[in-house]
Amino acid sequence: MENNPSLSKNLSWKIGHIIRNYTPLLILLAAIVIFSIIAPNFTTFNNIRLLVRQISFVTISAVGLMFVMVAGGIDLSIGSQIILTNIVLSLMISSTYGLGIDPLIAIPICIAMGTILGMMNGILSNILKVHPLIVTLGTAYIYRGLGYIIAGGRNIDGLPDSFRVYGQGYVGPVPVPIIIMIFVAIVGAYFLHNTNFGSRVYAMGGNQEAAHLVGINIKRMKVIVFAIGGLASGIASVLLLSRVFNGQVTTGAGIEFDALTAALLGGVSFAGGEGTILGLITGVMIIGVLNNGMQLFGLQDFYQNLVKGALLLAAVGYDQYQKSRRAKEMLAIA
Amino acid sequence: MEYAVEMKGICKSFGGVQALKNVDMELRQGEIMGIVGDNGAGKSTLMKILSGAYQADKGEIFIFGNQAEIHNPLDAFKQGISMIYQDLALFNNLDVARNIFVGRELVRGPLGITLAKKDMYRRAEELIKDLRVDIKSPRLNVARMSGGQRQMVACARAIAFQSKIMIMDEPTAALGVTEANKLLGLIKNLKDLGLSILLITQRIPDILAIADRVFVLKGGVRQDILNVKDTTLDDVVFLIVKGKDGNSKKVDDIEYKSFG
Repeated sequence: MENNPSLSKNLSWKIGHIIRNYTPLLILLAAIVIFSIIAPNFTTFNNIRLLVRQISFVTISAVGLMFVMVAGGIDLSIGSQIILTNIVLSLMISSTYGLGIDPLIAIPICIAMGTILGMMNGILSNILKVHPLIVTLGTAYIYRGLGYIIAGGRNIDGLPDSFRVYGQGYVGPVPVPIIIMIFVAIVGAYFLHNTNFGSRVYAMGGNQEAAHLVGINIKRMKVIVFAIGGLASGIASVLLLSRVFNGQVTTGAGIEFDALTAALLGGVSFAGGEGTILGLITGVMIIGVLNNGMQLFGLQDFYQNLVKGALLLAAVGYDQYQKSRRAKEMLAIA
Repeated sequence: MEYAVEMKGICKSFGGVQALKNVDMELRQGEIMGIVGDNGAGKSTLMKILSGAYQADKGEIFIFGNQAEIHNPLDAFKQGISMIYQDLALFNNLDVARNIFVGRELVRGPLGITLAKKDMYRRAEELIKDLRVDIKSPRLNVARMSGGQRQMVACARAIAFQSKIMIMDEPTAALGVTEANKLLGLIKNLKDLGLSILLITQRIPDILAIADRVFVLKGGVRQDILNVKDTTLDDVVFLIVKGKDGNSKKVDDIEYKSFG
């Protein structure tokens, strides 16, 4: 075959296009291959099941966070929402320290509380007119502080056995949290990608002023997306409490950074308006594989934090690179 | 005569600055009216009040003879008013069809929330054909389009919802000669379709080429409405610069170049 310059240029563009669009998937595959080789038991059925269960809590939170991020916001209070709802729920259902309420009654209350905590972020963001980064940083301290105050330094046990099913139960070979994660992801994908509401969330994240000008109620939308974030945190909180089976103020702490890193890795833009649930799940899988693989490989927690921090920065850098590349393309067209 | 739009005694201030002072404006049905004035004359402010982006401090608006309460863009939309903004107000992260229907999506299903994507893309394709514009597919992302194509998308959005009154803010400002001419042709087509059009521009020759009348603002005050067929470029520039009282310098001294 002759060496055609336009053909080779076209080929290199195609390779570049594949790398740009499938980077998260390529990273995930690379991580799986590496840990399959270096980490013992990484590819066993039990480990894979464990891995997916581990990521189910982050995935649920990340789906909620994604609504906020696609709309152009950010929520750093997710972990603190989980801490607070976790403590409140454990006190409601604990027969030793709490009220001994039936979990079937307490769980909806806990999820509703998560939704209200999320809504508060949206309302405060509207009232204070500052970036949600600052608002949710503030509420994160408040929610966490309230959790500590209510817990009063105790680990709350005495939870009813009927509550175990949500975090520890199985349907056939599949853990319940995985089933709930799949359900949340499907519902999230439906609302984000297939409804008029989702279309407006993307519009709002793409150009907030234009969204206002086409008649989208920005303030209301902001409250709704934060409420969805809180709803997802509420669900994750129930599952985490059931899994840990002990009300602790450390449960859920820092989950927002895993969710944020996963979202950015999966192509959800920090500036809003972009990202898919499938991409998000790829991002969560990357985090999950790294966590699990590093544990199996015997790396201690602080090394894991080092890797995750570097990954978060790399994801932000990659997002920024994509944005400036697109801006250059637009300039070239104009 | 029943006007498409009648604005009476419109006042608007921003802090201590009075942007509009008791402005009256009448747009006839099926006409193109140019809105001209120097920078800060109040053109965009007046039109943003009509489109619901701003609220007037004082004054009344009548749409086809009926008093209208326009508090936000949705109220304006319900009155059949669409505004195409200078910066186009498009969504670079969305494709053509999504841009056309955003905020007024076509839906299906019992809950009325599921996007009717097929219908949206089909309708968007029909609109592109009707407008005879050079956009290959409604699935193209608007971020990758030229200024002219983006203007066409903005027009398609207004037409998709059968607006009766269209406001265009500097539509040709960022376009080359060819694209600007195409757009002016399109605006004439829209008039033929029965739309009443308000056209804000600094390019007075554009207005003289396609408009029926021209409304002149200076310092937030209405100067006059001129019939284009009885008007020259000099008359319009004179009003813009000197105002109806004509107490400024001689018209011969006025630099026309900036008006293109």
